Amino acid sequence: MSNQSDLLATCISRPEQLCQLSLKEWDFLIRQARRVSLLPRIAYLAHETGCYQTLPASVVMHLSSAWRVADKQAKVVRFEISNIEKALKQLKSPVVLLKGAAYVAADLPPAKGRIFSDIDFMVPKSDLEMVERYMIRHGWMATHHDEYDQRYYRQWMHELPPMKHTGRGTVVDIHHAILPETARLHPDSEKLLDNIQRVTGYENIYTLSNIDIVLHSATHLFHDGELENGLRDLVDLDALLRHFGEEQKFWDELVERAAELELGRPLYYSLKYCSLVLNTPVPDVVTKAAEALGKPPAVISHLMDTSFKRALKPDHSTCDDGFTPLARWLLYIRSHYLRMPLYLLIPHLLRKALKKHKTEAPLAAIPEIEKP
Amino acid sequence: MNDFSTQLGGRGLYIQTGPFCVHLQSSIATVADGITQLYSEYPSFKEKDFADFHIHLDTVAGIRRLIRPQVQFSFDGYIPFKPLPLDQAFPMFEWGLNWCVANNIHEYLIIHAAVIEKNGVAAILPAPPGSGKSTLCAALVNRGWRLFSDELAMFCLRTRMLVPLPRPVNLKNNSINLIKNYAPEAIFGREVSDTNKGTVAHMKAPTESILRAAEAALPSWIIMPRYQEGAKPVLESRPKAQTCMDLAQNSFNYSLLAEDGFLAISELIDKCDCYDFTYSQLDDAIKIFDDLELPQ
Repeated sequence: MSNQSDLLATCISRPEQLCQLSLKEWDFLIRQARRVSLLPRIAYLAHETGCYQTLPASVVMHLSSAWRVADKQAKVVRFEISNIEKALKQLKSPVVLLKGAAYVAADLPPAKGRIFSDIDFMVPKSDLEMVERYMIRHGWMATHHDEYDQRYYRQWMHELPPMKHTGRGTVVDIHHAILPETARLHPDSEKLLDNIQRVTGYENIYTLSNIDIVLHSATHLFHDGELENGLRDLVDLDALLRHFGEEQKFWDELVERAAELELGRPLYYSLKYCSLVLNTPVPDVVTKAAEALGKPPAVISHLMDTSFKRALKPDHSTCDDGFTPLARWLLYIRSHYLRMPLYLLIPHLLRKALKKHKTEAPLAAIPEIEKP
Repeated sequence: MNDFSTQLGGRGLYIQTGPFCVHLQSSIATVADGITQLYSEYPSFKEKDFADFHIHLDTVAGIRRLIRPQVQFSFDGYIPFKPLPLDQAFPMFEWGLNWCVANNIHEYLIIHAAVIEKNGVAAILPAPPGSGKSTLCAALVNRGWRLFSDELAMFCLRTRMLVPLPRPVNLKNNSINLIKNYAPEAIFGREVSDTNKGTVAHMKAPTESILRAAEAALPSWIIMPRYQEGAKPVLESRPKAQTCMDLAQNSFNYSLLAEDGFLAISELIDKCDCYDFTYSQLDDAIKIFDDLELPQ
């Protein structure tokens, strides 16, 4: 294999490689994949290529263990989607699943072997309060009780403070938009809600349109996130593009829709890095149109390139070079800069830093085995 | 003798324990001492292509190091716990390794329990902390029973057998001297005081348990031990339904394994005789365990 820092991306874009890895390469691959929540995805791909049975026993142990985790999570997500539908059955407006929950409900390719931290859905902003009340009535409680955190979410963000179910511990993020109110881009939620599609098997559970699913995933990765799970999110995008891209109509409308929603920049980055890192097939004419719409000025483009190329590798010691920490730091700052104007951002980051300091007292937590 | 410390401080040492190969790197002297005292009989390697767990134990950088040095456990770059006082580095390795297994390995139903074996059949001792499970386990493995584990019962979903993970037995407070007196030949690591569990020390797994770490066993008894001062030894039959619930509650991955977890626990309950066991004297306990009858 060419370069150990490209090992994971190579195996994802060309899974047949998995059949030829040496034990040493498996050691690297499992560690890198575990770090970016892609170990169950590798298990799924190894299964698809048909070489699963020929792999060394120790490799199989880790892959099938990871697969079990993802499988259980998918079950939990399906169960919670039904619970959310029940909790919101009096709601007149649609409940639109986002990200992982949408992939699972609509059985889209990124759902295979995906790890979740929470369940995201979107409702019209005007119904937000009502939705919150229904959710509380069905056992979900707000997690951030701090007055500042409450205001941070309610005033500036595009979602309520995360809600956690008191019995089952599952966490839901309830959105009214796909980017914060204070962010530099303003994709219109009403336009998104105009094109939603109902999920088979549910009364009032929807996903965004195929194109909007891609644009949201792109926005999340390249305009909102801190890229800690960067490669995993890129793998989601790659799987979506390959799947929806089988239809010519998808490509025909993609760039125009991005323009309509002010999401040209994230789309441009997505297409660029998907094809660069994961060999995602993108028609030339679409690449060119996305470039025309969203390519940043040369200086920025260059800086972003240097940073993304590093940050989209697994955050693991076998993948870092001397500039990786700087690249990740720059992208962290960028994600906040994009999220809110400086006069809000600087006090916010200061507060975060101070708060972190306060709780960092020498806590001698017992490293007892954590129960799941 | 102390050839481990150079290796641990450099490229790391690969240690095979039960089904797992652990790659450990640490420049901390007490870690090297603990490994030398308690792991010298395990198969170990300077170089290996594959390890199940890559673990670093390092002192935490920063000014605090000068006043109150701390140790940090890293699972291949991921930090699951807050740092502990440096003195607790070796116990932290043992606890952290338990965490690695319980959180990442799901080809076994894993239950928080001690497991011991004799003549190819094994007893599972699930119990809450403070019930004397580790003490009883340490006594039994010094009187002819083979140590599988004092913390993690691993029931293989493929072979339907209990699999050994023979590692040092973690003893606390009064139990340390109790076992030192009960089995003077047993080898102990350094005592570490003021941990969250009080004073702890690790007892080396008996040599035979280490050498036979690849030999699995059939589960035959589930015994809930309870130490009670001055009590006569009583072994009482225990309802299977209740034991089933207790096993599920003490399992790390029962819920994650879903149907497979349910089938595994049902099988354990079907195959095993279930007991409550109250005791105060270790010799009484040994006698009762040696006289256990095989399930019908």
